Amino acid sequence: MLEIKELRAGVEGTEILKGIDLTVRPGEVHAVMGPNGSGKSTLAQVLAGHPAYEVTGGSISFLGEDLLEMEPEERARAGIFLAFQYPVEIPGVTNAYFLRAAYNELRKARGEEEIDPIDFIDLLEEKLKIVKWEPEIMQRAVNSGFSGGEKKRNEILQMAVLEPKLAVLDETDSGLDIDALRIVADGVNALRREDRSVILVTHYQRLLNYIVPDQVHVLAGGRIVRSGGKELAHELEARGYEWITGAVEAVA
Amino acid sequence: MTGSVEQLVNREYKWGFVTDIDADSVPPGLNEDVIRLISTKKEEPEWLLEWRLKAYRSWLTMTEPQWPNVTHAPIDYQSIVYYSAPRTQAPLGSLDEVDPKLLETYTKLGIPLNEQKILSGVAVDAIFDSVSVGTSYKKALAEQGIIFCSFSEAVKEHPDLVRQYLGSVVPTSDNFFAALNSAVFTDGSFVYIPKGVRCPMDLSTYFRINAQNTGQFERTLIIADEGATVSYLEGCTAPKRDENQLHAAVVELVALENATIKYSTVQNWYAGDDEGRGGIYNFVTKRGKCAGRRSKISWTQVETGSAITWKYPSVLLLGDDSVGEFYSVAVTNGRQQADTGTKMIHSGRNTRSTIISKGISAGRGNNSYRGLVKVLPRAEGARNYTQCDSMLIGNRCGAHTFPYIDVQNRTASVEHEASTSKIGEDQIFYCKQRGLDTENAISVIVNGFCKEVFKELPMEFAVEAQKLLGISLEGSVG
Repeated sequence: MLEIKELRAGVEGTEILKGIDLTVRPGEVHAVMGPNGSGKSTLAQVLAGHPAYEVTGGSISFLGEDLLEMEPEERARAGIFLAFQYPVEIPGVTNAYFLRAAYNELRKARGEEEIDPIDFIDLLEEKLKIVKWEPEIMQRAVNSGFSGGEKKRNEILQMAVLEPKLAVLDETDSGLDIDALRIVADGVNALRREDRSVILVTHYQRLLNYIVPDQVHVLAGGRIVRSGGKELAHELEARGYEWITGAVEAVA
Repeated sequence: MTGSVEQLVNREYKWGFVTDIDADSVPPGLNEDVIRLISTKKEEPEWLLEWRLKAYRSWLTMTEPQWPNVTHAPIDYQSIVYYSAPRTQAPLGSLDEVDPKLLETYTKLGIPLNEQKILSGVAVDAIFDSVSVGTSYKKALAEQGIIFCSFSEAVKEHPDLVRQYLGSVVPTSDNFFAALNSAVFTDGSFVYIPKGVRCPMDLSTYFRINAQNTGQFERTLIIADEGATVSYLEGCTAPKRDENQLHAAVVELVALENATIKYSTVQNWYAGDDEGRGGIYNFVTKRGKCAGRRSKISWTQVETGSAITWKYPSVLLLGDDSVGEFYSVAVTNGRQQADTGTKMIHSGRNTRSTIISKGISAGRGNNSYRGLVKVLPRAEGARNYTQCDSMLIGNRCGAHTFPYIDVQNRTASVEHEASTSKIGEDQIFYCKQRGLDTENAISVIVNGFCKEVFKELPMEFAVEAQKLLGISLEGSVG
């Protein structure tokens, strides 16, 4: 599905990722954890192709294609979805309109007909159940005046509609109260499939109580310093990041 | 990101073609003889000639306004052709007699004048250079007593109405360009909706400048008698030419007691090239008078074209409880300049006005909102709400706001809200991450920004406006 090799990337001349290797197979859920400033969000943004980040070395292959050669919209059409840490507001554009426009772009990329607005409403009704929302939300402007929790929920709704092959969730749990966290996590779990992979970028182990990962990676100083099973997250929770980052520094 | 926006194709101005048609023109230049000649060609009554000459004499004493936030080379008023008409066998009895070349021009512009082909149910008056070439649905409208015809025809057929209302909202000496228009105007549209009649279809005028070195000076007069309602649409295009062309129109609206006039414009005159060569100078005076109680005048404009726009569709709120509205989207891209806004003059009691202005600047465009809200001493309980938003695309454009508020009655309530935002790379990236390309992303974001104005437009017009906006913003960052 995804193969990252020796990835180096930075912003405005400062290198943040200093050689990342990561392989994600179909159906796997990988958690990427790490302290603030370790490069977690940078990794998510680079996967989506944010123009502010410059890739200075390494490669990313996605379904056999060279991801780094693709425009952000091409990556999206190929099946990469980024749930943003800070979802952007688009005043005046209804959620329904925006989501249908996005959905149609993906259909067009697959050589399919655009969906009829009426059929789309039916599709939405099904998807809204996943995040336990009423249809009224679709008439509000995209993320405009949404609470932090609503914005995150909206990201999961978009993911449910767009049905990506690889979903990258960038700190989707941050700022959520326990009820919202459960809704978001249930949404992600409902969307787990054998051919859909997920990368969860998170600071806290808390989310992993709800979404159980196949693998956990700890990112520190722009490198993956440790990888393991789900038990690694629990260990981190108990002992703190210093347990690993301190050890790394000692080695260095 | 900026790079990819920059790379967007700059699509050609597709209305830039020229119709090859024999024209009857007067030599360039302006003096009393030219005005007499225009008046004679149009077989006008003596009073109208005198009215023109009076306007011309006051124009001679006036100077171009210097206060707009725009710059251009001096205009040589003696090099302009003040009258140009396609040579046809006048008078036209029906649309069947219109020169096929002209019909073809309008079909190419997407404005079929042939009534059988019109599905949208909009009656159209087409103005080609200086004269009206045809008005559709005239008979159907006449059955309800509605007059919808060219201005020339109105002067001949309904002289009393014209004489009563012409210049009653925009006097001949109102301003430099209005005075010039009053002296030399050649045609335009005339509408009269009788008492209590709700006009059954949208009325529309489509303006086309074709001839070279020609100014277009049209005059529109719309009167809604007591209890009448009308919705009027206006669209405009011109060929691409390297030199600037002057368009100085005057629009007067009169709404009597309980009458409503809704006036919508999609202005897409040729804007000039990226270096600022050519394009239309759109110096227009538009004003409505809410003369009667509970009357209402609503202006909606989408200004995407013209090299320079100087335009302030305004409302005089004389009748008690009358309502004035102004909804505007103004786009400047390339080297376009716009200084546009409105004046709401509250004179009657409990008069209300709403101003929603959306300015979008891209490229090296310069966009200014200029507005006046004036509450006169007798306007008890007057209320105004103004919202003035600017959006910047790229970092070489400008947005300016010049609001003037003059309140002379203590019971008045005036609100002004303003915002300036830059179309964010993060917004574009968010859209792209969902599969939209840059062009589509900008279009979605900008259309969202303009939504409050677009929802005021009649359906088909709103669709056209959205498309135009997309086209005029292509290649907008750089």
